[in-house]
Amino acid sequence: MASPANLILNGGRAALVAAVVVMAATPWLFSATHVVLLTEFMSMLVLAIMWNLLAGYADIVTVGQHAYVGVGAYAFFGFAALWGVNPYLSILLAGIVAFAIAVPTMLLVFRLRTAYLAIGTWVVAELLMLAAGKLSAWGGGSGTSVPISIILYFGRARDVRLATIYWLAFGLAASAMSVTYFLLRSRIGIGLTAMRDNEEGAAAIGVNITFARILCFLGTAPFLGMAGAIITLQKLRVAPPASFSITDWTVLIIFNVVIGGIGSFEGPIIGTIVYFVLRQYLADLGAWHLIILGTVSIAVILIEKRGLWGLVRRLLGDDLIPIAHKPSAMLTKQHTG
Amino acid sequence: MLELASLSRAFGGLVVINRVDFKVDAGEIVGILGPNGAGKTTLFNLIGGVLPPSSGRILFEGKDITAMRPWHRCRLGIGRTYQIPKPFTHMSVFENVLAAAMHGGNMTLTSAKAEAERVLARVGLAHRARLPAGRLGLLDMKQLELAKAVALRPRLLLLDEIAGGLTEAECDVLLGTIRELHGSGITIVWIEHVIQALRRVVTRLAVLSGGSFIAAGRPDQVLADRRVKEAYIGT
Repeated sequence: MASPANLILNGGRAALVAAVVVMAATPWLFSATHVVLLTEFMSMLVLAIMWNLLAGYADIVTVGQHAYVGVGAYAFFGFAALWGVNPYLSILLAGIVAFAIAVPTMLLVFRLRTAYLAIGTWVVAELLMLAAGKLSAWGGGSGTSVPISIILYFGRARDVRLATIYWLAFGLAASAMSVTYFLLRSRIGIGLTAMRDNEEGAAAIGVNITFARILCFLGTAPFLGMAGAIITLQKLRVAPPASFSITDWTVLIIFNVVIGGIGSFEGPIIGTIVYFVLRQYLADLGAWHLIILGTVSIAVILIEKRGLWGLVRRLLGDDLIPIAHKPSAMLTKQHTG
Repeated sequence: MLELASLSRAFGGLVVINRVDFKVDAGEIVGILGPNGAGKTTLFNLIGGVLPPSSGRILFEGKDITAMRPWHRCRLGIGRTYQIPKPFTHMSVFENVLAAAMHGGNMTLTSAKAEAERVLARVGLAHRARLPAGRLGLLDMKQLELAKAVALRPRLLLLDEIAGGLTEAECDVLLGTIRELHGSGITIVWIEHVIQALRRVVTRLAVLSGGSFIAAGRPDQVLADRRVKEAYIGT
């Protein structure tokens, strides 16, 4: 069937492959300004993929995602700047610390459901931010800069350094996407997708809801923590309100995922692209860009609950990135005759 | 196979299931009749583990499952359809059944795919396999609900008003499927309003009224019972 929808889908897939190749080669192709911008894009993409997995599939609507970004930032600073650990290793360790914080948090917030859970995650994030402000070695409430020696470790020349940090962000985004892809294709992922559509129905066909939730909550934390470390490398500072920014690492991410399409693999990617495009054009408007973004996300959700991708998918009838399992061609042919 | 011992469930002060003792033997098709609000669906919610009982115990094949979560009960072999179907609306019909075969049926992806195709062909939904489940009509939705439950490979199947809203011809098809399932060794408990459908397949009929069983036995005997007529038919 070479229907127009199929042509568009295949065109989209080809464009996607091309985009991945271009993204992998970004530092050789684009100017420093764009490399910096795309590094930020990759970090935001990781956060969006993780929030979508939690809120879109596992029904954990967290508004405390910034907690793990901040913990990752502070852990990275601690290991690399205070305790002299290898900076690359420190990024990994930031992920592990975020995971370690997620375990007790989970025990606490999993006692709550829906809106209470959302508030619970938020409270935990605020507490962690306040606690971070008490760490004098990290500059207390006003924060501190990343030592120059650590920055130079990623490359003495500016171009090299920017490229290295970009590839770190690209690598994290690529692994976040691959992990999510294989997760969603797996047995557990099929269960998660069922949970997304009907939780009680999913439990009734044997999907272990509790296990799926725990897996998502604990599995996203290291990615968020490592993203926090990479964001710190870009901002070159840790400070409680910036490292634990609810606006940047949670609210904006929610807008992006909602606009792009919650509960789909494509949604967070599309949403993050839309955000960066809008931001480029709306940058002069200052705080207005947040208002406009919020308005757009409300408008999108009113038209199609499953965002821009939900709209497009209805027309195309298939996923851009094939997550779903399909029956053999024989089954449908046999019976439609 | 299934045993309910002094099972009760109250919502606030309202007792919906009142000290129910009930046994289902392997190989039976038990029909449960009852007027609206008799507690039929609540009974299934207790057996399925969606609701915890206020008191009493539930045993499945001799094992106490009272505190077990729904998915564990499902994997033990208790399958269930819902009166109001619970399809995974944005997944294809095929994936709905696949999910059931992989989780409750505990199959690998390859065997679950084969099973899903087999079950869909069996309930007559093969031609809809690629359609999002949310786009199905009522009959197809009910067939999907049944297909999902069958793909779990249950030993005990709970059917909740699966014939409601079907035409006579559709109902005949459904009865055929249910007989076939029973023939393959599945024990069935079926809640239904459509008495004529029930009495054609069940080996035993029980009547629930006001949260307790008021009669149980051979279908013709139970339907002739005076209390049943009063409670159910309202004369």
